[in-house]
Amino acid sequence: MQFRTTYKLVTDPLGSEPKTNQEIVDRAGDHLLLTEIFRGFGVTLAHFFKEPATINYPFEKGPLSPRFRGEHALRRYPSGEERCIACKLCEAICPAQAITIEAEPRADGSRRTTRYDIDMTKCIYCGFCQEACPVDAIVEGPNFEFSTETHEELMYNKEKLLNNGDKWEAEIAASLQADHLYR
Amino acid sequence: MIQVILFLVVVVCVLVGVAFFTLFERKLLGYIQLRKGPNKVGLGGVLQPFSDAIKLFSKEHVSPSTSNYSAFLIAPCFSLGLSLLMWLSIPSFFNLLSFNKSVLFFLCGLGVGVYGLLAAGWSSNSKYSLIGCLRGVAQTVSYEVSLVLILFTPLVVTVGYELGSFSSFQENLWFIFIFPAAGLIWFISCLAETNRTPFDFAEGESELVSGYNTEYSSGGFALIMLAEYTSILFMSFLFSVIFLGGDCSFFVLVSFGVMAFIFVWVRGTLPRFRYDKLMYLAWKFFLPFSISYLVLMAGLLSMLFLGFKEC
Repeated sequence: MQFRTTYKLVTDPLGSEPKTNQEIVDRAGDHLLLTEIFRGFGVTLAHFFKEPATINYPFEKGPLSPRFRGEHALRRYPSGEERCIACKLCEAICPAQAITIEAEPRADGSRRTTRYDIDMTKCIYCGFCQEACPVDAIVEGPNFEFSTETHEELMYNKEKLLNNGDKWEAEIAASLQADHLYR
Repeated sequence: MIQVILFLVVVVCVLVGVAFFTLFERKLLGYIQLRKGPNKVGLGGVLQPFSDAIKLFSKEHVSPSTSNYSAFLIAPCFSLGLSLLMWLSIPSFFNLLSFNKSVLFFLCGLGVGVYGLLAAGWSSNSKYSLIGCLRGVAQTVSYEVSLVLILFTPLVVTVGYELGSFSSFQENLWFIFIFPAAGLIWFISCLAETNRTPFDFAEGESELVSGYNTEYSSGGFALIMLAEYTSILFMSFLFSVIFLGGDCSFFVLVSFGVMAFIFVWVRGTLPRFRYDKLMYLAWKFFLPFSISYLVLMAGLLSMLFLGFKEC
């Protein structure tokens, strides 16, 4: 059996022990009369009379940051033209590979997507797509209440994403405006 | 006949009380933790216990294929029946049910109550249930000793085994003011006896899933819960009878409510104890204390009433 002889005690082992008679009596009294436990009861009773922190969810909602990353949306220019130019940066950066894009030139020569699908069940809501997008086309809006009853309904296509963009444009624009200095 | 009807009335009242006590507990714990508790069913959540009951009893009854089926089925019914039977011993308004050995009766009830727990844990044939029930049984049996010995102190004072006679001895001064320490230890033993926090090792959800009722679902689980809460209510009623007056007036109901509140308040405040400390507390602190307290009180009383000349 070996004993270590080179260690150092960092704390004084008797540091918290009561030394004088007064201290010993005080500590024994505290121990015997359960003072700390009764203080704990006081704390819980005080909490009982406090206002609960609950918000009445479907009727009241908590505040959202402008950077909140919720349901995806594809935005349009004020003219009504869709912003996405099918550069596929979002598809490339997507760590979950949830985005599928196909593109061809349109009749007027501009490059646009023919297919823009997001598998919302693969998506991890990291927000890289909106960081990567050079024209602010794909964004994650403030909506988080888009649960469905089937898996298929969460396979978003281009039409659904553009609809989302139209529906949430005001909120999305406001949060982009609020955050533009930091981007 | 009238006694059977009266007992059924008591049973129904107790079960309704238990139902609302669960709601009371959830609400109270909620507000202690700065949330609201159930507030959707009915006005402010008052119908929540009934919706819980309907939910639990309409669920499928699953029993493990390795379980000892008859014991598995009987254990919750036995526990609930026993807890309800203990209510026979309370002094009621009509005094048709209370009899002069009622203290012995409920002590027997407490002692037999261990078997319900034992059967539930053992017949599930699962490790969690078994460990939970072993812990629960060891703890219940240990604390029963101090519970009984503490109870003997007021019993020596009232000279008899009748719960109804406690009120006549406490008309001027409650026993909690005469034996404050005994009252505190009795209350702590009650907490351990009914497997409540901070002594709920039979549950122990952090290590035992749900303790001895892990394998129970639907009706069986509901019956076990009812049995637990029935005995909690019984214990708080007993405390108000033994230590807080105990006459069958409106006031005993108030003090009963206060005791139930304290049971929940303790649950909202204290974290779980350590198991070896629990046993240490029972055998090395409560037991010597209660025995010496009993001897002190008995000696004091015999000196006062039998006179000094014989000493």
